[in-house]
Amino acid sequence: MNFNLQPILMTVTAMHTDRLRPLLRRLTGDEKHAPSAHSTLDVLWVLYDRVLRVSPETADDPGRDRFLLSKGHGPAAYYAVLAAKGFIPESALDDLGGWDSPLGHHPDRVRIPGVEVGTGSLGHGLGLAVGTALGLRAQGFQDTRTFVLVGDAELDEGSNHEAIAYAGATRLPLTAIVIDNQSATHGWPGGIAARFVGWDVAIVDGHDHGEIECALQNTHDRPNLVIATVEKKGS
Amino acid sequence: MRQTFIDTTTQLLADDPRTALVLADISAEPFDPARRRHPDRVINVGIREQLMTGVAGGLALTGMRPFVHSYAPFLIDRAYEQVKLDLGHQDVGAVLVSIGGSYDAAAEGYTHQSPGDVALLDTLDGWTVHVPGHRDEVPALLRDAARHDDRVYVRLGMQENRQAHTAANRLITLRLGGPLVVAVGPLLDPVLEATRGMDVTVAYTNTPRPLDADGLRALTEHEVIMVEPYLAGTSAAAVSAALTGLPHRALHLGVGRAEVRRYGSWRDHARAHGLDAAGLRASISAFL
Repeated sequence: MNFNLQPILMTVTAMHTDRLRPLLRRLTGDEKHAPSAHSTLDVLWVLYDRVLRVSPETADDPGRDRFLLSKGHGPAAYYAVLAAKGFIPESALDDLGGWDSPLGHHPDRVRIPGVEVGTGSLGHGLGLAVGTALGLRAQGFQDTRTFVLVGDAELDEGSNHEAIAYAGATRLPLTAIVIDNQSATHGWPGGIAARFVGWDVAIVDGHDHGEIECALQNTHDRPNLVIATVEKKGS
Repeated sequence: MRQTFIDTTTQLLADDPRTALVLADISAEPFDPARRRHPDRVINVGIREQLMTGVAGGLALTGMRPFVHSYAPFLIDRAYEQVKLDLGHQDVGAVLVSIGGSYDAAAEGYTHQSPGDVALLDTLDGWTVHVPGHRDEVPALLRDAARHDDRVYVRLGMQENRQAHTAANRLITLRLGGPLVVAVGPLLDPVLEATRGMDVTVAYTNTPRPLDADGLRALTEHEVIMVEPYLAGTSAAAVSAALTGLPHRALHLGVGRAEVRRYGSWRDHARAHGLDAAGLRASISAFL
């Protein structure tokens, strides 16, 4: 990253934070998993603001880019970004987890426009993303991209490693983003990247929009891992 | 039946570009010709059953119609949460096709057996369950399943009846008499033999889910005996619901819960669980 760009990027970060903060505040009064919600905020914003070719109007277009939030815990940042981008009305943010609300403590694709998968139980998004990428390729959507976001602690679930190994072995083009806030109970000695054999890997500052965008926009002919490092959970 | 499944699915892959097949090594070799012709739609993920069903969910989310195949214990028992969440919770479907349901893999032992597969699916919403009793019943079931997006389970076994019965998604009456005996799938012939000379009505279905409640209600006078090739009592709740308000006595015969720690063949295990003709006759006679 060019040193001279840093002040500009920081300004951009501040701009989005100002815009999302009141939306987040509407959500997070008694929302659970609050720290994990904010660890994803910058990555989600960059995805929806700069990377994903999807909008409320194209949310059902078969050729839209796909984003799968595997780490369904702490979806406040996700909901705030979906509201800021017009997928859901901002008023929906006021009743998180309520009987009449479409927004649960984990997202449900059937209830929320633009949400590709319903998650919450950890370790399901990567497998669904592999199937999504395969389905898009089989139907000729060569320019459609598949992104999936997982947490570093979520990688404890063995199901992820079935997907990681298969995607690496078959050079399946999809992008996985791991938000690393060092929340895995036993850590990942040797590093997270070492578990992704056959993948391209970029490690970025999880709050640096320029770094995040650069890593997500690059084209690859095999699976792409972006590790977005943020402050340690609870710090 | 497995060969019929392979032939029919190979043809479906050729006929319908929406069709996909996901495997976890089991039966990969006989599908090699199909995989060479449709490399993007015949997907073998290796020995990864959680991924197999996750991939099916992802394929279905993009509008494809995935067929998923393995041994029942790996397809249903092992990846139950993927069946629950990656299909049902995502509001998508797939066609799960199993072999080795109850005790076909007799010599392999309990690790390769799943008497509880249909009971497990009964905890979930929206599953149609087919248990064909003859290989000639299989192609139509698979072709029908390819035409929609619902959740379908097809349970293929080694045991077969002497003849096929078509349109058996409802109860078909094969013998009219007194108390009703319902035979599911491959247990029809043993039931017919067991009840020879007895004054009973024998009905057959290869589609226990959804259970033909109207048919069951129409055929039941006072006694109903369910004979199923999976865990005994799996249909007890469905039968009870169908007969709500009708005074009746019910007997549920099927595979026992206790593990039979013996090998041999499926015939040996059928006998051990009282599902051969002699065992069925003894149980049915005692009940009536």
